[in-house]
Amino acid sequence: MPDPAPALVLRGAGRRYGERAALRDVTLELEAGRTLVVFGPNGAGKTTLLRMLATLLRPHAGEVRVLGRPLPGDGYAVRGRIGFLGHEALLYRELSGRENLRFHAKLHRVAAGRVDEVLDAVGMTARCGDPVAELSRGMVQRLAIARAVLHEPELLLLDEPLANLDPAAAAQVAPLIGVGGAGPSDRRTRVVTSHDPAGGLQGADVALGLKGGRVALLAAATDVEPAQIAELYR
Amino acid sequence: MMSAVAALLAKELTLELRTRESVPSMVLFSIATYVVFHFGLDRDRVTGDLASGVLWVTLLFSAILGVNRLFVAEYEQGGFDGFLLAPVDRTALLVAKALTLFAFLGIVELVAVPAFALLLLGPPLTQALPQLVLVLALANAGIAVIGTLVAGLAIQTRARDLIVPLIALPLLVPVLLAAARCATPLLSDGGAGALPGNWLAILAIYDLLFALIAYAVFDFLLED
Ligand SMILES: Nc1ncnc2c1ncn2[C@@H]1O[C@H](COP(=O)(O)OP(=O)(O)OP(=O)(O)O)[C@@H](O)[C@H]1O
Ligand SMILES: [Mg+2]
Repeated sequence: MPDPAPALVLRGAGRRYGERAALRDVTLELEAGRTLVVFGPNGAGKTTLLRMLATLLRPHAGEVRVLGRPLPGDGYAVRGRIGFLGHEALLYRELSGRENLRFHAKLHRVAAGRVDEVLDAVGMTARCGDPVAELSRGMVQRLAIARAVLHEPELLLLDEPLANLDPAAAAQVAPLIGVGGAGPSDRRTRVVTSHDPAGGLQGADVALGLKGGRVALLAAATDVEPAQIAELYR
Repeated sequence: MMSAVAALLAKELTLELRTRESVPSMVLFSIATYVVFHFGLDRDRVTGDLASGVLWVTLLFSAILGVNRLFVAEYEQGGFDGFLLAPVDRTALLVAKALTLFAFLGIVELVAVPAFALLLLGPPLTQALPQLVLVLALANAGIAVIGTLVAGLAIQTRARDLIVPLIALPLLVPVLLAAARCATPLLSDGGAGALPGNWLAILAIYDLLFALIAYAVFDFLLED
C-alpha cells in the first residue's frame, strides 16, 4: 500500500550558505511512489535541495517534511529510510568496495548477504576487492549507487545518478534506481537531478526547474516540453 | 549503538593498518624527541620530575599528531556524510573515535616508553611499571576524549593544524600536570615511590568531566 500522505512537502523552504541564498521559497509536494526530476543550470540549487531532503543540510526557512516527518527536528526518524546518491561517492578510498558496503550494511543493520546482492546488481562483483582509489570513475559511481540502495530505502535522492556511467552500466543500474533505462520498477519515491531534458523527463511524474535557487518551473512531466527545460539554461 | 561503534572502530583500524598515516609518525616523533632531549639536556639519564616532564611533554605532542589526522578521512572522503545518513546515534562516532585514539596512544607508548627508558631514564622501570601503566591509561583516556572533541571541532575549519594544538593543548594542561605528578615518584631514584592518590583522582575526575562534556556537545558539533 502506498503511503497516502505525500512523501515530500516543502513550503517556502530556503537555505543559505553564509550570506548567499542557495534556495529560496521552494514550495512543492510529491506523492509517495512518484518521481520528481529536478533541472537547472550549475549553481541553481539542485544539490542543495537534495542534501536538505537527505537531512544533511538544515533548512533555514519555511517548512520541510520528508516521509511525513518535519525536518530538521525529526531527521533521526527518516535517515535510515532515505537513499542518497550525491556528487561524492561517500566511500573510503583505501577500503575496497566490498569493505565499504559491509561497513554501511552494519550501520544500516542490513544482512551481509545483501552486500553481494547489490554488488552483483551493479556489475561490480569482479572488482569489489580492489581499493576504491584504484577504480575508474564509473566504477566508483556504480559502488555509490550500490551504497545508496543497500538498505532498500523508501525515498531515493539521486544527484546526477548516471554521471560517468557508460550506456551499458546505465542500463544495468536502471532497475535499481529506476532511472536511465526501463521506467520505474517499484513504488519508491524518487528525486532525481538531471541536465538531460529528454532523458530526465522519461519515467518522471513531476518536473521541477530551478534557477538561481527559485522555482522556475513546476509541472507534471507529461506537460513539459524539452524546450521549456532548455529555456532554464539560457 | 554498540554494533555501530564496533563497525566504526573496525573501519578505523583497517584504514590505519592500510594507510599507516598516524601511528608510525607518532612513534617516530616520540623517539626522535627523546633523542633530541638526550642531546638537548646533555644528559645520559634523567630522573624524578624532570624524567616525568620529558616523558609526558613528548607523549602529548605526539598525541597531537594523531588528533590532527583523526577526522581527515571522514572529511576528505565524505565519510561524515555517509555516517550522518545512517540511522545511528551520533554518539557512536564520538565513542569510536575516542577508542581509536586511545588504541593509537597505547600502541605508540608500547614503543615510546621503552625507548624513553633506554635513551634517557635513569632508574629501571620494571618495578614501577604496573603503576605507570595505570597512569598512562588514565592520561590516554583524557587525551582521547579531549582530542576527539577538538578534532571534531577543528575539522570544518581550514586551519586545522593551527586550531588543534591551540585548543587542545590548554585543555590538556591539567592532564599533563596530573599525569606528570603521578609519574614523578615512579621514575625517581631509589626505587619506585608511592603513587600520589590525589593527583590520580584529579586525573580520573578530569577524564570523567570531559567525557560528559563531549557526550553533551558532540551531536551539536556534527550538525550542519
Ligand atoms: N558548501 C557550500 N558553501 C558555500 N556555497 C555553496 C556550497 N554549496 C553550494 N553553494 C552555493 O549554493 C548555490 C547552489 O549550489 P548547488 O550545489 O546546490 O547547485 P547545483 O544546482 O547542484 O549545481 P550543479 O549543476 O553544478 O551541480 C551555488 O551558488 C553554490 O555556489
Ligand atoms: Mg549539483
